Amino acid sequence: MFKKRMLTLFLLLTLVALALCACGDSTQPGNQDDSEDHSSGEIVYGGEIVVGIAQDLEDSLDPYQMVAAGTREVLFNLFEGLVKPNSAGDYVPAVASDYSISDDRLTYTFTLRDGVLFHNGETVTADDVLYSFETCASTTIDLSLQAALDGIQDISAEGNTVTITLTEPNNDFISYVAGVYIIPQDYADQATNPVGTGPFHFVSRSIQEELVMEKFEDYWGQAAYLDKVTFKIYEDANAKMSALGAGAIDITSHLTVDQADVLSSEYTVLEGTMNLVQALYLNNAVAPFDNVLVRQAMCYAVNVQEILDLTANGHGTKVGTSIYPAFTKYFDATLSDYYTYDPDKARDLLEEAGYGDGFSMTITVPSNYTPHVNTAEVLVEQLAAVGIDASISTIEWDTWLNDVYNGRNFESTVIGFDAATLTAGALLDRWVSTNGKNMINFNNADYDSLIAQAETTTDDDAQTELYKQAARILTEQAANVYIQDMADLVAIKNNLTGYQFYPLYVMDMSTVHYVQ
Amino acid sequence: MKKINTEPLFKRQNYFLRIGAVITVVMLLMIVVGYFWTPYSTTQMNADLKFAGPSLAHPFGTDNFGRDIFSRVTEGAGTTFFIAVCVVLIGCIGGTIIGSLTGYFGGAADTILMHICDAITAFPSILMALVIIAAFGGGKYRIILILGILFIPSFARVVRGEFVRQKNLNYIYSARLMGAGHFRIMFRHILPNTIPVLLPAISIGFNNAVLAEASMSYLSIGVQPPDASLGRMLSEAQVYLGKAPWYAIFTGLVIVLLILGFSLLGEGLQQKNRR
Repeated sequence: MFKKRMLTLFLLLTLVALALCACGDSTQPGNQDDSEDHSSGEIVYGGEIVVGIAQDLEDSLDPYQMVAAGTREVLFNLFEGLVKPNSAGDYVPAVASDYSISDDRLTYTFTLRDGVLFHNGETVTADDVLYSFETCASTTIDLSLQAALDGIQDISAEGNTVTITLTEPNNDFISYVAGVYIIPQDYADQATNPVGTGPFHFVSRSIQEELVMEKFEDYWGQAAYLDKVTFKIYEDANAKMSALGAGAIDITSHLTVDQADVLSSEYTVLEGTMNLVQALYLNNAVAPFDNVLVRQAMCYAVNVQEILDLTANGHGTKVGTSIYPAFTKYFDATLSDYYTYDPDKARDLLEEAGYGDGFSMTITVPSNYTPHVNTAEVLVEQLAAVGIDASISTIEWDTWLNDVYNGRNFESTVIGFDAATLTAGALLDRWVSTNGKNMINFNNADYDSLIAQAETTTDDDAQTELYKQAARILTEQAANVYIQDMADLVAIKNNLTGYQFYPLYVMDMSTVHYVQ
Repeated sequence: MKKINTEPLFKRQNYFLRIGAVITVVMLLMIVVGYFWTPYSTTQMNADLKFAGPSLAHPFGTDNFGRDIFSRVTEGAGTTFFIAVCVVLIGCIGGTIIGSLTGYFGGAADTILMHICDAITAFPSILMALVIIAAFGGGKYRIILILGILFIPSFARVVRGEFVRQKNLNYIYSARLMGAGHFRIMFRHILPNTIPVLLPAISIGFNNAVLAEASMSYLSIGVQPPDASLGRMLSEAQVYLGKAPWYAIFTGLVIVLLILGFSLLGEGLQQKNRR
């Protein structure tokens, strides 16, 4: 019986092997083009598109109740706050036409824009704004947003101005204001039939199938080009790929390099970034990583370009500090090349640090993130070339959170850190020596004082400069072996253009349009 | 009267033994040679050679890091083989000790131990292993220990059954009458007679161990990268099935050959014993 089964298995495997051999290499690589304005032509107004998304929208559509990042990504088109983020990473006035911050950074005064309409045709009033802030503060499931709103001492409206007073200064406050989407007061159906002020209005949703939105004709700003956008749900990656193969999807994001490789020439592949900082994070409190020379040696030993070539066909953007490129305001590209690949120099530095014979180390990686595991594999190879004997330990995500992130019981780990809000603090605060999230135990007095200064500075330029200096310290001190912001690939039909990458997890459809 | 051999020809000739031996010897040769020498370094990456198809320079092609798959399969087969042999050794020795003692002496200890064995086999072994690894951590040697312990019950059961049967046979009574001690009877007289049932158990156990290691590494809790093992390679290959089918095919093929060789060998030995 057993031998019969084995024989059948063997035959089957051979058959499969033959079948696969026959169909390999028959796919043509997609048209790779990194420029955003890939087809020059006249803007066409109108038309409709299908956007393929991976996560189901079986979520509350109430802007304060939605759980999934995937829902947030889509509803960005329906809702706006008093201010909203733009693709450059700045917060620009939206429902408010202007705002000012008092010198003590405690009082925010917003002037409401005239004639902003909700999708139901009503005008936005100051009362709607007060209602939105109150409802959001009491019902939101976003804990950091709730904490920020708890810091409001008083909120009041007079005519078309809304004044918010805080109990203590909060430099990130404006980014949280953007998270309070303005909704009409006493409207009960937000969870299933959302009403906001965004460039598109909600039409219908069918769970596990699609969400449809149409252009909002009375939008206060630059109206959307497209008449109708259908977000179609493809939870199965293979189903999405076959829909792409059949041309049934006009735009889809978050493709892997391997998926993008097999697209037909009907699509253009745009490359954005995942908006995170991938690095070999080093526990600065553990020998030998407590020695700055060792950390610098490792930075010289790592060839980032080779990592990109090996793990993602060269896609991805080098970073040299804990700021990713989408933060154009703070990102300093020169830091990315601060340590040029130089194994000889790495060996010299190790010698100087007293580790001329190298040392052994463990890289702990969460096993569910294949890109991080792959990066770690290349790192092992590169570090071996300068005499550092690194081994990999893959662990479950929960164990990683527990032991590495919370327990700080690790030597080094490959992971990506993203930002909750569009502020430098969201990325840099965590490495202050006393911060509870300072997983790597980074301890640098200059850094601490720079961040403290930045937090209390009201002048925007001075603050930016302080954050940039702090970021430079991370590079110079080689706090971690910084690697890259990973590539996020978007496939878009050749006759469409205008897709914009945001430094946040959103998909803005208002700028997308057909071209002649 | 002339005795007519009614067995089919391929059984009479014991082709199982021959083919199994040939495959196993070839595989073992590959593993031993691979331990000392492989055509390319098993960890050397090369971005220019990513996903190169099978060629004269790289007979099995290259993987997503441009590493030579033939070299890695050789190393991986060695790792997997080492783990499987260790697991079977632990299972077989542990199982034989427990099985012989409980089978021979019987009594309360027998009942309790056999119920413990039942309890262990009641859980899917992968699940058990996952729980233990989550608690104590993974890695090659832990995997060997865990799988080894999980393999004990199956051997214990087989050995115990045989001991229970043999201990009531006349030759044991004779031995006892001649004044042989318990341990002499157990290990001198009964144990050699359990070999016909132990052999197939070992060959099946070896195959199961290969598959268990593959599943563990497939779930990336077994052998850690960049070390190669067949399971680990197969799980990596799965991602690139459409792009580089040779990665999965040749890795899978080596697993199949390793298992097939041992199954045939076990089957052949069994037949030889039957005569």
